[in-house]
Amino acid sequence: MKSFAARVEEERPYLIRYASLQLRDRHAAEDCVQETLVAALAGEASFGGRSNLRTWLTGILKHKIVDAIRRMARDPEPVPDVAELEALFDETGHWREAPDAWPDNSLEQKQFFSVLEECLARLPAKTAQAFMMREHMGYETDEICKELAVTPTHCWVLLYRARMALKECLQTNWFQK
Amino acid sequence: MKLTCKEASRLVSQGLDRRLGPWEWLRLRLHLAICDACAAFTKQMEFLRRAIRRLP
Ligand SMILES: [Zn+2]
Repeated sequence: MKSFAARVEEERPYLIRYASLQLRDRHAAEDCVQETLVAALAGEASFGGRSNLRTWLTGILKHKIVDAIRRMARDPEPVPDVAELEALFDETGHWREAPDAWPDNSLEQKQFFSVLEECLARLPAKTAQAFMMREHMGYETDEICKELAVTPTHCWVLLYRARMALKECLQTNWFQK
Repeated sequence: MKLTCKEASRLVSQGLDRRLGPWEWLRLRLHLAICDACAAFTKQMEFLRRAIRRLP
């Protein structure tokens, strides 16, 4: 039987990957995971083997990630690059390339998710944070605005930009091959 | 007062984050009824939402 500490340590790579996806900063991610593991070891009693260890650790990690995002939000965001977005439409606001149907069975393919992760990794930091808080962690927009210290309008722009960039990235790197 | 595809795509995205006003909602519905590209885009955005929720 492995010790609790050893089992917790085994989850470190998974947790770092999880935190990196949301924070887009390897050092910040490692710090968050470190804090999580320390908190987990201190709180072994509250785990009590009642749930899945990974789920329990991820729950702690989410709080650490939000704290880190809050700290990072104090840093100014570079001017958003909307040029790429503009290029999707012509002067009259029509699609240059009309979107088409994406087959649902991609969701059954492991490879699809690694492409998705690569696409997420290409988003600018704040855009990625807003998007992951919204879509992966399930926060409401007003909470995201508060954590990222941006106005609701800016928040919707960030989410819109994330979705458009991911759509383009998936179209090019997955659906077109 | 017709929406362009660009405006429609923005409303589709915002519709995933907030409740659209009745006027916005109606204009978007009307656009989606006649525009296959934006209807496909809407499905792509729903797909993306499902995909991110399933991210391991
Ligand atoms: Zn359209």
